[in-house]
Amino acid sequence: MGDWAGYLTLILQGAWVTVKLTLMGSALALVVAFLAGLGRISHHAPIRWLSTAYIEFFRGTSIFVQLFWIYFVLPMTGAELTPMQAGVMALGLNVGAYGAEVVRGAILAVPRGQHEACIAVNLTRWQRLRHVILPQALPLMLPTFCNNAIELLKATSVVSLISLSDMTFQAQVVRSQTGSTLMPFVTILVLYFAMSSAISFGMRRIERRVTRGLDGVR
Amino acid sequence: MEWDWDFAWSIMPTLLAGFRITLIATFLGAIVAAVLGLVFAILRRSSNRWLSRGTSFVVEFIRGTPLLVQLYFIFYVLPDLGLRLPALMAGVIGMGLHYATYAAEVYRGGIESVPRGQWEAARATNLTTRQTWLHVILPQAVPPMIPAMANYLLAMFKETPLLSAITVLELMNQAKSVANSSYRYVEPMTLVGVMFLIVSLLSVIALRWLERRYGRVSQ
Repeated sequence: MGDWAGYLTLILQGAWVTVKLTLMGSALALVVAFLAGLGRISHHAPIRWLSTAYIEFFRGTSIFVQLFWIYFVLPMTGAELTPMQAGVMALGLNVGAYGAEVVRGAILAVPRGQHEACIAVNLTRWQRLRHVILPQALPLMLPTFCNNAIELLKATSVVSLISLSDMTFQAQVVRSQTGSTLMPFVTILVLYFAMSSAISFGMRRIERRVTRGLDGVR
Repeated sequence: MEWDWDFAWSIMPTLLAGFRITLIATFLGAIVAAVLGLVFAILRRSSNRWLSRGTSFVVEFIRGTPLLVQLYFIFYVLPDLGLRLPALMAGVIGMGLHYATYAAEVYRGGIESVPRGQWEAARATNLTTRQTWLHVILPQAVPPMIPAMANYLLAMFKETPLLSAITVLELMNQAKSVANSSYRYVEPMTLVGVMFLIVSLLSVIALRWLERRYGRVSQ
């Protein structure tokens, strides 16, 4: 039981994989959330149906099932994925579906008068969204996005089950090599908690940044 | 790889056996979560500052760490400390504990949604604490909690595949063992997905009904 430093290094390597997964997964989730969220309130019915189907499917099944499906079933149709790609894809698509509902809700929460005022001053659809709707909708989305990002961080632990060497996987390695259970699991629990605290701290700063100048409006 | 109906049909009994365990785990986990959540919510309201702060920290910690790691902790660490639990029980306790922290928030939201005037009116009419809770606060606090609770129940149901990681033979684990012995992944994995989707879609309809009946509470 002497080689603590070595085992700690192993866990920290895993922590780096977890951080990478969280960042890439969040980036994908953000893009997908806006695409599907805007798709759900689109004027074109097929786009609306497609977005709804995507959202219901990914919210209706668990991340675990989606990950296994992407990792084991997709390759049989010809799309070969590394565990990392499969992990990022499952995390991004899963959390993106939850995010899409947030985007939709926030945009619908912007008062109707704002939409009508935009039409009255003859803004194009893109200008309306970019300069009037989103600046007001974004502050409404952020608190829930923060929760979603923490859910995504927590979900990264599941990728250890498709043999991606994230923090949870490395803790299992340490457990099987040393037979010690308390040290690896307590270490990663503390690390996960530190990461989720960092996310909520960072999100609060971003929130302060985007709500600046909105005090008089709301 | 072709979809094979005969094979899909032949593995159905195994999958359904797993599905039964999934339902049992969800049901028991929900009970643990509802009771522990109430305990957390009450401790958090305690007037003893250390008790309420300590509870808040524990709740934040559990919410900030993955369920899978908590399950590993209960399944691997507790036996070393002298507490050996069967896999299913470890899973139920882990899931119950994790979702209790979410349930605690729902209880808190429900209780705080009762207007202050109701507390004051109860005091003005000289009701005892017990009467205040039973006849004034709870009847108003509980209905808005119902849709939110049902939402977390569904979320917990979807998390049950994690129990396969600690060797509980639920739906996902049955599918994996079928896949490993037959080298066919398409049918078992897809069927698991379909089963979860069917239950979730039905639950979503039930949820919409609950929301109409009892009103929506923001999480």
